[in-house]
Amino acid sequence: MKKGDIIIIAAVLCAAAFLYFSGILSPGEKGGRAVVYIDGEKVQEISLSQDGEYTFETEDGGYNVLLINDGKADMLEADCRDKICVNHAPVYRENESITCLPHKLVVEIEGGEKNDVDAVAG
Amino acid sequence: MSKKVAYYGIFAALAILMGYVEAVIPMPAPPGIKLGLSNVIVVLCMYIMDVKSAFFISVVRVFISALLFKGFVSMWYSLAGAVLSFCIMALLFKCKKVSIVGVSAAGGVFHNIGQLIIACILLGRSVVIYLLPLLMVSGVITGVLIGIVSRYCVEYVKKRN
Repeated sequence: MKKGDIIIIAAVLCAAAFLYFSGILSPGEKGGRAVVYIDGEKVQEISLSQDGEYTFETEDGGYNVLLINDGKADMLEADCRDKICVNHAPVYRENESITCLPHKLVVEIEGGEKNDVDAVAG
Repeated sequence: MSKKVAYYGIFAALAILMGYVEAVIPMPAPPGIKLGLSNVIVVLCMYIMDVKSAFFISVVRVFISALLFKGFVSMWYSLAGAVLSFCIMALLFKCKKVSIVGVSAAGGVFHNIGQLIIACILLGRSVVIYLLPLLMVSGVITGVLIGIVSRYCVEYVKKRN
């Protein structure tokens, strides 16, 4: 094991660690959109880069609050009983979605990061 | 002269064998990217014979492996990896401060980097590039292991001669 060997190995490991932790390789502009449908009708289209809270009123007087932040869409608040939509993890890949069944509200991601999965059940 | 031919034959056969081994090991990467184990043959050839022969073996391996194991798609990955890693190894070979382990480690890393570059070109800069850190580390690890193994091998062969 010569000096040059150690230098090479150390340099490679450092470079690898740098690339991994610095986030240089992370996805850039997402370019995705969150499309909101209520009862099957497209109600609004929001770019994932437009941060903000968007409130939707549903037909039976209910509401859902969608939060766009950090390139992801997340259901912040809703007055439905089960709150499944609120508990859902933030979505940002193509074809991912958050659904509030009681309010017939669907938030689907179009464009954006390519999804490894062909389809998502449920 | 005939000794050289015999060596060529052995190295070529070993290189193809390594090609088979690589084909069998699955990699968490786009189809075609391979573990750089077959570099061991190139490294051995470089130290037991000479640099030019090693280049010949390196290239021959890529083409025959592609032919035998139906890997024409992965051939481009192999070729890029082999050429890039060979150039780096050839440069380091002349450098006195680097032993066979370092040469092999660098070869392993650049073998993977070469493959990734082709992957980026062929698949478009996408999910692929996130594998870079992982491939660099695995390249170094396999390179170092190959280097250590090669060192013992080369010593043995030189003693027998």
